[in-house]
Amino acid sequence: MKGSQVTINHVAKKFGDFTALDDINITIQPGEFFSLLGPSGCGKTTLLRIIAGFEFPDDGTVLFDDTNVIPLPPDKRHSNTVFQTYALFPHLTVYENVAFPLRLKKLDRKTIDEKVRYYVHLVQLDDHIAKKPNQLSGGQKQRVAIARALINEPKVLLLDEPLSALDAKLRANLLIDLDNLHDKIGITFIYVTHDQSEALSVSDRIAVMNAGHVLQIGTPSEIYESPSTQFVAQFIGETNLFEAQVVDCVPHESNGKPPDYMVTLSVPALGKQAPLASDTEATASLDRYMQVTDYVHTSKDQKVAFTIRPEKIRITKEPPETGGRTDINVFSGIVEEPVYSGFQSKFYVRLENGSLIKVFKQHTDYLDNGPIIQWKNKVYVSWSADDGYIVEDIEK
Amino acid sequence: MKNTDERPPAARWKNKINQGALYSWPMGLWFIIFFIAPLIIITIYSFLRKGIYGGVEPQFSLRAYKQMCNPKYAILVLRTLRIALISTFITILLALPCGYAMARSKHQTILLFLVIIPFWTNSLIRIFAWMSILNNDGILNQILMGLHITHNYIQFLYNQGAVILVSVYMYLPYAILPIFTSIDKFDFSLLEAARDLGANKSQSMFRVLIPGIRSGIITAVIFTFIPVFGAYTVPLLVGGKDSYMLGNIIVDQVQKTRNWPLAAAFSMVITLVSVIGILWISRTNKKDAKLKSVSTKEENYITGGQR
Repeated sequence: MKGSQVTINHVAKKFGDFTALDDINITIQPGEFFSLLGPSGCGKTTLLRIIAGFEFPDDGTVLFDDTNVIPLPPDKRHSNTVFQTYALFPHLTVYENVAFPLRLKKLDRKTIDEKVRYYVHLVQLDDHIAKKPNQLSGGQKQRVAIARALINEPKVLLLDEPLSALDAKLRANLLIDLDNLHDKIGITFIYVTHDQSEALSVSDRIAVMNAGHVLQIGTPSEIYESPSTQFVAQFIGETNLFEAQVVDCVPHESNGKPPDYMVTLSVPALGKQAPLASDTEATASLDRYMQVTDYVHTSKDQKVAFTIRPEKIRITKEPPETGGRTDINVFSGIVEEPVYSGFQSKFYVRLENGSLIKVFKQHTDYLDNGPIIQWKNKVYVSWSADDGYIVEDIEK
Repeated sequence: MKNTDERPPAARWKNKINQGALYSWPMGLWFIIFFIAPLIIITIYSFLRKGIYGGVEPQFSLRAYKQMCNPKYAILVLRTLRIALISTFITILLALPCGYAMARSKHQTILLFLVIIPFWTNSLIRIFAWMSILNNDGILNQILMGLHITHNYIQFLYNQGAVILVSVYMYLPYAILPIFTSIDKFDFSLLEAARDLGANKSQSMFRVLIPGIRSGIITAVIFTFIPVFGAYTVPLLVGGKDSYMLGNIIVDQVQKTRNWPLAAAFSMVITLVSVIGILWISRTNKKDAKLKSVSTKEENYITGGQR
């Protein structure tokens, strides 16, 4: 089986006065596992329903390879949908549910039987083939829905938050199953979810949506590491976000490798930097600005948003050893809320000027060596200029 | 294990007298006086010998049931069955699109209200209204002749057609309501799933919607079939010779021929048909409720039970 390329051109949709989708343009490669990610009400499900044929766009086209499918009803499109609520036919058994599309096509009994058994085996439900949906658990129902959607051998499989009704452990396992299934059959998957960890873990590429717009399309690591807008930065994972002003922007001495620019920022929210361990009394009293590297040139005095992921910040009780490097940003503060969560600890640190910063510390050793950081401890938080990221210009 | 019941005495006392049963007694009394007792009397009468001047003689006899097997009565039973079946079929055919439109409409309350409005008027008056419409010089004939579609009046009244028409009219609301309720509860994403899987519009209706609202349809069938099967006033007022039904013969046996055991035996037939119908409804409703119940057991992934 080979998947179709799905091209979404200028698709727009309004419900009354509410703009659900505003000029959406996405090209999904054949065989790609593509996710539409966004909060509820962002238009992702509407877009999926337009691709499936349950909804008509006010404007724009959707192409499967070179065919515009907008005029086609759902039963004439080479796509099948896995619904959020499973939508299994309650009066039919697992076998009859999976056989439903083939019986509509009036295939002969033997072919139907062979295919149904193949797909039921593919989703590992051989033992439950004669059961009615009400006798199945949530995860089993979802797998029936997937088998039923695949039996027509669609070119595109549309999944509408297929795991949202399941509990966390089951969800993680089904997600891996889904990924394996995608590798096995190789058709195009379009996966709608509001859960960023689901999208990050299985997708080839993700489109982050909000309020009817696509904000960024990219691989999971691109979306996480270099978010294009403040919304994307905050929606994917956790982050610290501050308003800043560019003080200076000079070429970075990095042997011609990107990032190419070293940007110096004034970040009023972070306040004054703490002295480094290597500082002498004379240099400690100097005002040091925040430093961050960037791929593009930013002009002076421009207002920007600066983000630093909590897991990239080091937290220590003593001023950090920098080994002579100067591109380290250090601030001091008081631990306001230490949260222990097994594999990591989260610290909410109140900086000297009053702002709060999140720091995640990964536990790598058995009972981490070094002094244990506790509530009300004075700490130093530090990160290298390479780990911060300038998200977007606030004012042009 | 000496004292297992550690609840306060008041709680124990409450449990001894089942309060639900207590509250249901007024209703139970009503049923015994006005339903169970008459039913027992009719059952006994049907097995007694007919009195010479009406009434019954206290002597066991199966004559009433033997009389009922007479071919002239068999024709009557078959005719009643035919009229009831045709009326039910037409009623359901009309109620299905009606219930669908109501369930999908934004103005459900108004539409429900409109369905219920006819109940404000006595059913006899509504039958007379139909008579004034269907009469030889009634509204319908006047319109037809006024538009020169026909030159002579058409005999609408006093035949089977009129009985079926008025029966459909009388019991349509009873059919619409259960069908509407079941369509309203129906999960419409199932229809989308059917379309998505390759069914066209009519295939998705017949293979998914109709089985999904089966219990509502069966309820509507029974609600229509039982009253039409035992109808008396409608065939009496708008029917003719060809629409003399079971209900009419019971009344005639009581009032004119004065063969009470035979009347009681015919009543037993109607009661039996109703009981069978009601058992059918409750059986399908139970089945459907089972399909909708959700199994709570989750598969156990941690111990690898399923893999």
